[in-house]
Formats: sequence, C-alpha cells, structure tokens
Amino acid sequence: MNGAENAIAPMAERTARLTMTADGTLSCAGIWTLDHLADLERQIAALPMARAGHVNCDVGAVVAMDTGGAWLLQRTLSQLERSGSTVSLRGLSNDFATRMQTVAQSWTQCQKLQAATDSGWLERVGRFAWSHAANMRKGLAFVGETAAVSTSLLTHANRIRWRVLLYNLQVDGLSALPIIGLLSFLMGVVIAYQGAEQLRTFGANIFIVDLVGIALLREIAPLVTAILVAGRSGSAYAAQIGTMTVTEELDALRSLGISPMSLLVIPRAIALVIALPLLTVFADAVGVFGGMLIALSQLGITFTEFLDRFEYAIVLRQYLIGIGKTPVFAVIIALVGCYQGFQVSGGVDSVGRHTTISVVQAIFLVIVTDAFFSILFSWWEV
Amino acid sequence: MNTTLKPVTPADSLIEVSHICTRFGAATVHDDVSLTIKKDEVFAIAGGNGSGKSVLMREMILLQRPTAGEIQIFGQNIRQLNPVDIAALRRRCGVLFQHGALFSSLNVAENVAVPLREHTNLSKTLIEELALLKIAGTGFPMASVGKFPNELSGGMRRRAALARAMALDPEILFLDEPTSGLDPLSAAGFDELILQLREWFRLTIVIITHDLDSLWRIADRVAVLGNGKVLGLGSMNELSTSSDPLIHEYFHGPRGRAAMEQAWSRK
Repeated sequence: MNGAENAIAPMAERTARLTMTADGTLSCAGIWTLDHLADLERQIAALPMARAGHVNCDVGAVVAMDTGGAWLLQRTLSQLERSGSTVSLRGLSNDFATRMQTVAQSWTQCQKLQAATDSGWLERVGRFAWSHAANMRKGLAFVGETAAVSTSLLTHANRIRWRVLLYNLQVDGLSALPIIGLLSFLMGVVIAYQGAEQLRTFGANIFIVDLVGIALLREIAPLVTAILVAGRSGSAYAAQIGTMTVTEELDALRSLGISPMSLLVIPRAIALVIALPLLTVFADAVGVFGGMLIALSQLGITFTEFLDRFEYAIVLRQYLIGIGKTPVFAVIIALVGCYQGFQVSGGVDSVGRHTTISVVQAIFLVIVTDAFFSILFSWWEV
Repeated sequence: MNTTLKPVTPADSLIEVSHICTRFGAATVHDDVSLTIKKDEVFAIAGGNGSGKSVLMREMILLQRPTAGEIQIFGQNIRQLNPVDIAALRRRCGVLFQHGALFSSLNVAENVAVPLREHTNLSKTLIEELALLKIAGTGFPMASVGKFPNELSGGMRRRAALARAMALDPEILFLDEPTSGLDPLSAAGFDELILQLREWFRLTIVIITHDLDSLWRIADRVAVLGNGKVLGLGSMNELSTSSDPLIHEYFHGPRGRAAMEQAWSRK
C-alpha cells in the first residue's frame, strides 16, 4: 500500500499529511516544508498522544523535508517518547536523516539556554528610579559643562566656531521665516476673530487692538515661535548629534582633540539665542498684521485707527517682556536637543526615540518656563 | 522519491547573468558581464574595491536593475517577473548583507523569527523553536539570543545575520563579504560554517569576498571582476596560473602569495 502511494506521491500531493492508525503506525506523507507546516501542526495537535506501546513511524512517503519539517517530526517523536511510547523510524532517506540529525544537534544547543530570570516588581521599581535619577544627574552635568565651556569662550571669543554658528543661524533662523510667518499670521487672525465677536456685543470695538497686541506680543508669538523652533531645530539637533554618535563621528572628533561641546553645542546654542528673538519680532509683526486685517473686515477699524490705538495701548514693556523670554527658551531648546543627541546609544531606533524625547521635553520645558515667568512678572507687578 | 520540490531549473545552471551593463551616470560599473552559476556550487565573485561586485549581487537579488542585459534565476528572467513571482523568488534566496543588517530594534531571536513570522502562519512556539534552531545551527552562542544587535561583536552579528538569511531554508545563499572585518580565526571559523551549511542544506552559495584565504578554502569557482568586465573565471588553481596581468597582480601580491602557500600546504 505504501509503495503505491509513493509512486504517485510526487505528482499528486501538494500537501503534507500525518495519520495515526489503530495499530500504532504513524505515517507521514507529502511535502514537509515551511509552506505546509501550519497544516501539519494542526494535524499533530489532533493526534492521540497519550498512548503507551510501540509507535511505528513511517516517513517513506515524505517527498520533501526542510529544517522546519524535520524539527516538527523530531518534536512529535520526542513528545510520543515522553508520553511513554517507544518509537521506531522507518523509510528515512539519507538526505532527510542528515536533516533530522542537524536539527537534533542544534536542539541540544538550544536546550543549554537557560530561561532568563524574571525580575520582581521591586527590582523593576528600583531600576526605574535609578535610571531616572542617573538621567537627571547626567542632564545637570551637561548643563554644567555647557555653562563652563561657554564662560571660557566669553574670554576667548576667537575659539567660537563662527562658520558653524553662521550656518546654524541661516538654517534655524532664516529658513524658518516662512513657516513662522504663516503660523503667527494665522494666530493673529484667530485671536482677532474670536475677540471681534465678543467685543462687538459690548460695542467696544477698538479694544481689539489691546487684545491682539498684548496677547500676541506678550505670550502667543514667543510661545508659538519657540514651540515651532523646538519641533524644527531642536529635533534636528538631536537627530544630527545622535546619528553622529551611532556612526562614531563623535568619538572621531574627541580623538582628534576637538571638543564636541565647542563644535556642536555652543555654536548651535548661540545661533538659537540670536535667532529666536529675531524670529519672535517677525512673528509679532506678522501676527499683528493678521489681527489688523480682521479688525478692518469685521469691525471696520482702519489701519490708521488701529496703529494709533496700538501706540497708545501697548506699552513698550509688553513687547520687551515677550522678547525677553525668548533667549531663555532658545537655551532650553538647544540644550535639550543636543543633550538628547548625546544620549543616543547603540542603534538607529535610539536616534528616533531620543529625537522624540527632545521635542516633547523642549516644548514641555518651554511652557513650564513661560508659566514660571508669568508668576514672576505678576509678583513684580509688571 | 527524492525529487526536489520545484524542479524549475533546466540543466544545472541556477543563475545566468548575460551581457550585463550597469551605469551610474557617467560611471560604468559593468560592461558586458556574463557568468553562469551552477547548482550546488560555491561561486565566488572577487575583485578590487569598486569593481562592481556588490552591485552585481544587488542585481541578482533584485535590489537594483542593470542598465542592460538579462539575469535568469531558477530559469526565470527577472525582468519579466510580476510582484508575486518576485516575492516567491525572494523566499528562495537568503541574503547576508555586509554588516549583517540586523534590525536594531529587535533582539537576535526576534530578528531570525521575522521572516518566519512574515511568510508563514505557524504557531508562536514553533516559530520561536525554529528561530532558535537556526541560531544554534550557525554556532551563535545561545546565551546571547536575547541580546540586541548593538550589544554583539562583529563575528556574532555576522552569525546572527546568517541565521536570519537561513530562516526560510533558501536554495541560494548570497553572502556579501561575510568575513570582512573578522579576525583570521573567526574568519576561518565562518568559512567552515559556510561549508557545513552547504553540506547540510545542499545550498548553492554566491559569495562576494576579497579574502584570499576564503577564496582558496571554500570557492569552487571564482569570477574576478575588474574594469567592468569578468577578467577571469575558473577554479582558484586555474586563476592562479592565469596570464592576465590584473589577475596575476591580484593573486600574486604579497597577501595573495601567502594565502596560496597556505592553501597548498593544507593540501
């Protein structure tokens, strides 16, 4: 019967089969390769495993067998053995025998592998706390190092990398103008629109100037600009420096006696400290212009009326407070971005992770700092 | 009874590269390159840096298109394949990239399990077991299967990548400079491993290397590329007596001679 099956097997069979007869013969047939293993697995699961006695395994009708098939057979047979049967194998061709042997050999290697000990919750909490404390320490150390290098640069201005600084000024400042202009214009439009609705009901149309002016100059423009720059430049810093860490460029710099701090961090920080206030001034102007357009179209306030009121209502202080916050934001964004870049270790996914962290942390810190400034100014009653 | 599963290949040539030309802008990488790779052989592609070895391999594994010329794999012209055929073809080829190209966000066991998970619908346990088997088969230290690629040494990374290339029991294994950057002992060990895998799985192996020791040790036939052409093709013995000045230089330079002497003394 087996012989007849064999003869037609290569032609007719495109599946793998496994059957157990009542007299304890386990006959395997067909193609025992990866494509058919899932099917075989199901058939094996349905086999009556717990039977004592002798199992006669006949693999004569197996047409092809790869590592996967060999392993499945091996596993099934040892399962049978473990459940108390004795097993004999029949019809194994030389080729398949080698494969079975290889698999058996490899599996003894695998068994040496000990299951990793699962750590308890206390250990996990401890590790979590420790890693966060260590991160905090590293962050502080980074800030300290930057401060130390910066102060030494104050006295040795010729050591500043001007080319890098100017390049970053262009990339992070000049190139950001269009997007920041568009965004702050829209912010001005939105604030004026919302304000116009309310003010019209009170007949206090002209106060749109106060609303738009103070809101934009003091809070919105600096904040929106900082957030945009954090997403645009802070992330770029983290990704650039992170990639340099992965490709060992930072190590190359260090071994050439060039401090990554003075080449990569300081010029970027200085560039951003210069660029962010300028960008904010631009955002102020464009945003107020957006507000003016809405005041004209919704409330009929002409540009001349608007600007007259603007000069009277918005004292210089509001403007300076807005601009004054931005160098602090710039330092936060640059340092967080660069710091996260240095924290990259190992592979590519680490770059992605730290870039994300840099943006989230920078925006978070910028908003927290802004809130802190608000409290401070209200204490000082400015 | 032992017929191979998919007897597509006529005669015994598994890969046929005919009249390949490859140009990148003005630079000509291949200028009429033809060669045939037979079933069950270890075919090496040698040549200096920039001689187009890697590009030729990338064309064979469908990662790049030659400017002109045809490549046939398993008797199929790769220009005429539809996406389904291409996917089927890729399943039959395992590739070990030069630096391993392990996925850095996955550990070794997960890396090897990726092709199994992607191309089969086996149970999770079986996939894990098969991945472990493949890893053990490459001599990778089993205690490190949970490690991530960046925690591994160069040799270990190469072995893990080889396990991933072998995951689907390919018929052809492409190796891009498998021993570059390994110390001589590890390189020799890797050569042994390749020979062993070939015996176990009856693989056809296409290997790119400039490692002269490897060439002597494992290659059945070698094609030497240079100036965009196949400068010579044959066994190492044949090539080492070639009169072509470039090949002579390649095999009889100071390192070439040492490798040859060692190979002779081994015999």
